Amino acid sequence: MEKKKNIFAALFGEGVRNRTFSFIIVIAAYIILESMRRSGSLSSLFTGLLVPICCYVIAAIGLNLNVGISGELNLGQAGFMSIGAFTGISVSGCLASSLTNPTLRLIVSILVAMLVAVIFGLIIGVPVLKLQGDYLAIVTLAFGQIIMSLVTNMYLGFDENGFQFSFVENRTKLAKGGKMLLSGPMGANGTDRISTFTVGAVMIVLALLVVYNIMYSKSGRAIMAARDNRIAAESVGINIARTKMLAFVISAAMAGAAGALYGLNYKTLVPAKFDFNTSILILVFVVLGGLGNMTGTIIATVVLVLLPELLRPIADYRMLTYAIILILTMIITNNPVVRKFFGGLKLRRDTAGREA
Amino acid sequence: MSDSKLIVLDVKDLGIDFGGLTAVNDFCLQIYEKEIVGLIGPNGAGKTTVFNMLTKVYQPSRGQIFFCGEDTAKKTVVDMNKAGIARTFQNIRLFSKLSVLDNVMTGFHNSITYSPVSAVLRLPSFRAQEREFTKKAMELLSIFGLEDQAGQMAANLPYGAQRRLEIARAMATNPKLLLLDEPAAGMNPQETEELMDMIRLVRDHFGIAILLIEHDMKLVMGICERITVLNYGMLLAEGTPDEIQNNPAVVKAYLGE
Repeated sequence: MEKKKNIFAALFGEGVRNRTFSFIIVIAAYIILESMRRSGSLSSLFTGLLVPICCYVIAAIGLNLNVGISGELNLGQAGFMSIGAFTGISVSGCLASSLTNPTLRLIVSILVAMLVAVIFGLIIGVPVLKLQGDYLAIVTLAFGQIIMSLVTNMYLGFDENGFQFSFVENRTKLAKGGKMLLSGPMGANGTDRISTFTVGAVMIVLALLVVYNIMYSKSGRAIMAARDNRIAAESVGINIARTKMLAFVISAAMAGAAGALYGLNYKTLVPAKFDFNTSILILVFVVLGGLGNMTGTIIATVVLVLLPELLRPIADYRMLTYAIILILTMIITNNPVVRKFFGGLKLRRDTAGREA
Repeated sequence: MSDSKLIVLDVKDLGIDFGGLTAVNDFCLQIYEKEIVGLIGPNGAGKTTVFNMLTKVYQPSRGQIFFCGEDTAKKTVVDMNKAGIARTFQNIRLFSKLSVLDNVMTGFHNSITYSPVSAVLRLPSFRAQEREFTKKAMELLSIFGLEDQAGQMAANLPYGAQRRLEIARAMATNPKLLLLDEPAAGMNPQETEELMDMIRLVRDHFGIAILLIEHDMKLVMGICERITVLNYGMLLAEGTPDEIQNNPAVVKAYLGE
């Protein structure tokens, strides 16, 4: 009997509690916000923030798999979001006449965007994952910048004769009824706004499901083993490169999906939106929420996206206050007394186990 | 040793240079099935370097390693483990943030065959294999007396238990040869006694060969059937514990003139 309880605790203890909590938060938040939105009691400011928050949450969950679980500092998450956003916009633009159901078109665009992000993830992952620590951070940072420069110089048009593409200079000559999908630094204009909060919420649930199911499986154990001790992981037959690649590519796929959802939420989107600052912003969500802690990431993302908006009334002091709150949060959450308070339950359980 | 026994590991003229420094040279070793062999020598003799070459952490500069009759020249660290060599480390290398159970489960990495996709979808193959290997891991943990700590973080285990967990994790990879790098380091006499019983038990229970590096002569002389002595990277002597204890060259290497 005692032994059975131990197996149960080891398998389902903390993991399941964390998991269930994240799903409950997301679903409860969705139900409340969606009913508020429908009844019109949500201000237009907040209504406009619903989809972007979903996007950031998805990208941050992906990045947490990469940074928190796999332990590789990735500063290029915005690059993958950019790929996803402009792929999604292009796909949606092409399908505008053939696929009239907006939700279906959104889903197809997101799937294609994910696929393209995965391909880029694989191509970049091969050389990048041979590096460790700071070097990996530098290369992923460069990747994000390169993607931004590439998209800034891309012109893509679409008419009845098919696609027209040019680089650096706009040489596309579209027939009547043709449409510019990407116009260099101007980015994408006249996009159909087909993103919805419902799709965003479903995507968060799916992202959580994927991350948790990977975490609590053979692959997740291998990813964490490679993070904790590379040499020992290899000695038990874990292929480090393949393991890190899995985390990197899933993270890229989520950023791609988040990007597509983001891009299809605005009429205009410039490539400069997905710059280094966006990568850092997502990393801040992850670090503040807690490395490897998905529930924390969701909460941190929501708070940090809302905070600048809530601070609008104090105008000039907005970013100053934002920074102070950020620093205070870090100090407080690192305080042993506070940690003990929140970790009290867990500590008590551990000691109980040791005495038994 | 008797010739009727199968040879597990056959090392021929193994050597490695680090820059201009020759760390190990002309090292030869045969290990037969179900044998416990000791590798001893003064500090810096190159014992751990030999382990690192056998597991391909270092690529040998010279010589050959045959494992179960197969040349391992082109094998990587991961391949060596798949072929059947498992090891522990001198300075314990556990996955400190994983649970004790999960540490052992990582050892089953190549035995578990479901794909990440079936893990994400929680398909029946995932559930069946997780259940099967969790059971196997718990069996292993109970052999090493760790079943009550299964849910704890590995970093929270006491020192002796961490050493045992490292052996349990190595055994999960289903090896034919287990390399133990100073398993008794930092243990008190009573713990060392228990460890000796455990090493014997592992050999008898799993029917594997064991090669161990150790400085505790009581342990080495007590459980090893044969001993190889390394000094300055060269083979100094080889024989039964009795022969080694009475070998003047070995005594000189350890105690000086």
